[in-house]
Amino acid sequence: MIRVEGLRKKFGDLEVLRGVDLEVRAGEVVCVIGPSGSGKSTLLRCINRLEDPTEGVITIAGEPLPTGGKALDRVRAELGMVFQRFHLFPHMTALENVMSGPLTVQKKTAAAARERASALLVKVGLADKASSYPGQLSGGQQQRVAIARALAMEPKAMLFDEPTSALDPELVGEVLAVMKQLVAEGMTMVVVTHEMGFAREVADRVLFMDGGFIVEEGPPQVVFDRPREARTRAFLGKVLQCAG
Amino acid sequence: MDYLAQNGPLLLKGAALTLQLTVLAAAIGITLGTLVGLARISPWDPLRAVVSVYVEILRGTPLMVQLLLIVYGIPQALGWQVNEFHTAVVAFGVNSSAYVGEIVRAGIQSLDRGQMEAARSLGMSYGQAMRQVILPQAFRRVIPPLVNEAVTLLKESSVVAMIALTDLIRSAQLVASRTYKPFPAYLSAAAIYLVMTFTISRLAGRLERGLRTE
Ligand SMILES: Nc1ncnc2c1ncn2[C@@H]1O[C@H](COP(=O)(O)OP(=O)(O)OP(=O)(O)O)[C@@H](O)[C@H]1O
Ligand SMILES: [Mg+2]
Repeated sequence: MIRVEGLRKKFGDLEVLRGVDLEVRAGEVVCVIGPSGSGKSTLLRCINRLEDPTEGVITIAGEPLPTGGKALDRVRAELGMVFQRFHLFPHMTALENVMSGPLTVQKKTAAAARERASALLVKVGLADKASSYPGQLSGGQQQRVAIARALAMEPKAMLFDEPTSALDPELVGEVLAVMKQLVAEGMTMVVVTHEMGFAREVADRVLFMDGGFIVEEGPPQVVFDRPREARTRAFLGKVLQCAG
Repeated sequence: MDYLAQNGPLLLKGAALTLQLTVLAAAIGITLGTLVGLARISPWDPLRAVVSVYVEILRGTPLMVQLLLIVYGIPQALGWQVNEFHTAVVAFGVNSSAYVGEIVRAGIQSLDRGQMEAARSLGMSYGQAMRQVILPQAFRRVIPPLVNEAVTLLKESSVVAMIALTDLIRSAQLVASRTYKPFPAYLSAAAIYLVMTFTISRLAGRLERGLRTE
């Protein structure tokens, strides 16, 4: 579904990704963990070309990722993206946010887009917030709307960049619950997260990134309980200590 | 009262010309300026370069010089006859477009980059993202500076007295010399300017509040 080969990304002199290889099969859930600045977001953003890779090949559903134009827009429409800070459109209601993709990109009729958007708001548990503006919603509610907005495009895969990191602790659960539902439905997902419990529970594979490399990867039981690399152990030690 | 009866109509006629000039020039300025602002942030380098020169020239030379160049320069250089009023409207509108362009650019750049990224990640093209997501938000932010620009335009339009158009200030000059009493003439002109600028600000304030309650 998603294939990344020899991916390198430089910002000026700073090399943030230094040769990353990754394959995500259809229906697979991959969680990416690692310290701040290790390149997790950059990896995710290269996959839908919000960042231009410096080197390397990215293939989506067997096709090379287009470099721009309508072809790239079409691929992006098939890759849902959820951001740490939601990025809902503040001048649109929750419902209008979810309708925006189908209306503008898929040229659906208002009625069809509304029907689908309403169903998705029900799915994320926000049917009663359809006409609220993002500014009137809690962080957890905003993030659930953002997930519904991405799902409205009927994506083949979803990319999550620390979807719960900006949330108050008591709001994390409601967002993770929606994500678990997607996992259960067989969605292909790449999730950058610091929620180790979530990763352990739902990931088919966990990647540990550090310094622009994938240092270690494997099933969660292996990466979390029997990590091979010293850097992974050090990182997990710190994180688990913080979590108490 | 006699004074008003005799001189009021001339002053009001001048005020009407000032207002017409300002409204038409502002319409051109906002339309052209929005395009200038979009071009200033275009992903296409050559367009950005050309437009930044355009903005620099218009902002780097006095409006009066631009006006005189067009009104007296064009007939001499090209042999065209120009209508002073129409020319003044165009000159003011074009001049204003440089300032409006900067306002629009700043308004767009003040938005979180994540807005554009979220729109693009849904599959929207650059143009769709601009129209659906960026411009509607930027619009709210640019209203206050645009009102400032309109007020400035109204006040600076007094330079058309240089090209023999009878605007408000020129009318006041005529009244002053006709009555030999400059003070009431200019005081009246000041009062009328104030009424006009105040009205613009009030209308804009109402528009802004209307948008905010959405
Ligand atoms: N647009 C950019 N320009 C310059 N440097 C950047 C840019 N984006 C990211 N970086 C740098 O690249 C490095 C990796 O960033 P990235 O956001 O991918 O890390 P991350 O693993 O997602 O970290 P975090 O857990 O803090 O989100 C950081 O040092 C960051 O400062
Ligand atoms: Mg990040």
